[in-house]
Amino acid sequence: MTEVDLIEGFRDPEHMKALAALIKKECKSKINIMEVCGGHTHTIMKFGLSQILPDLIEFVHGPGCPVCIMPKERIDHAIALASMPNTILATLGDMIRVPGSKTSLQKLRAEGKDIRSLYSPMDVIKIAQENPDKNVVFFAIGFETTTPMSAVLVQQAIALGLKNVFFHINHVTVPEAVDAIMSGGDAKIDAFLGPSHVSVITGYKIYEPIAEKYHTPVVVSGFEPTDVMESVLRIVRQINEGKSVVDNEYARAVSREGNLKAQELVNTYFEKREHFRWRGIGDIPKSALKLKAQYAAYDAEIVFDDVLPKEELNDHKMCICGDILKGKAKPFDCKVFGKACTPTNPMGSCMVSSEGACAAYFKYGKLSLKGATA
Amino acid sequence: MCLSIPSKVVEIDENNYATVDTMGVKRKVTLDLISEPVNIGDYVLIHVGFAMNKISKEHAEDSIAAYNEIVEAMKDGSIAEDEGESQYDRS
Repeated sequence: MTEVDLIEGFRDPEHMKALAALIKKECKSKINIMEVCGGHTHTIMKFGLSQILPDLIEFVHGPGCPVCIMPKERIDHAIALASMPNTILATLGDMIRVPGSKTSLQKLRAEGKDIRSLYSPMDVIKIAQENPDKNVVFFAIGFETTTPMSAVLVQQAIALGLKNVFFHINHVTVPEAVDAIMSGGDAKIDAFLGPSHVSVITGYKIYEPIAEKYHTPVVVSGFEPTDVMESVLRIVRQINEGKSVVDNEYARAVSREGNLKAQELVNTYFEKREHFRWRGIGDIPKSALKLKAQYAAYDAEIVFDDVLPKEELNDHKMCICGDILKGKAKPFDCKVFGKACTPTNPMGSCMVSSEGACAAYFKYGKLSLKGATA
Repeated sequence: MCLSIPSKVVEIDENNYATVDTMGVKRKVTLDLISEPVNIGDYVLIHVGFAMNKISKEHAEDSIAAYNEIVEAMKDGSIAEDEGESQYDRS
């Protein structure tokens, strides 16, 4: 087995057809499955999984895109920090493209500000060492997957005695977001596909309270198409048997306990925030992390508090991202989808990042008109 | 953001960095998040320059073997490709 087999072995069309046939045979009732993670949304759309699955299986695209759920006021924080004199702002992913209330990091960079989109967060340390006379601010985003990486950075900054590196922490957590969606009582979700890489770090134990409280099966799934197909089959079987437990399809990388070293690093440097506002969903208690008080000297939100805007900013009222994230609507149901709201000019959270549900529908949508439910 | 790819460890240096091969592309990643021993030839899951975990080849092979069995079962007729159609039409 090679790394190619580890990818191609989970993309075999024969396997997918066979799994689709089994699902078709065994699925007896309508099942709405929320895939929490934006990576799964893309697998489903890119490989056209909805087309080979029976109509009874409906995917609901959850809030698992860290760029998408960032409220505009925090994008404005990044913009304010990057606008400070003598400052380098570093971040990951397509955060740089997302518009805040007036501009984006990308536009600001074009105007001459030093804004860097990193491949690896570890580059922050190198940038700080190479620029001792500048403030280097890392705008940290991501779910449980990337939190330990930020913890390693804090650890290294302390170990190396770096005084010019600061962290704006926007790390969010999956279980609280899922709970917020389900506790409203109006979300139409029967089961969950558990995220792949969040679960590598946290272990699948974190979903046990959700499966129990809402009587929804949770199957942690890998990212390849046969992983998702097998996970759907496992969900169908749980529902047929009247079960609602956490199951692990992605056993080649995920365990119940997860990566304990990574969890310990996170617990050393971070603690829960009382509240965090999620774009499209609203305020969710205990759903994000911040640096512990003893690391305040590294916390950009404390050190640069005077430049950070405080006003909460909501999306345009035409945007239905909140309903999309709760499974009550599909991107095609939105009046502005693909018209006023596009990946180059996004109005709402689900379009801002390539991982968002609307961006995925925009890119692959012609293959997926089945998704256009009333 | 969450894209990560199985990669093979080809070298490990004294700073706990590994050179990994991802489908022919080589790059350096830190092993700082992994507590268990990592050896040359192991497969790791890479995310933004960090190895997050080792990948179990045994589990991967088990999954693929199970899929092959389903395909075989379909070929010998114990699972018909269009089986279940009537159930799903009724709903």
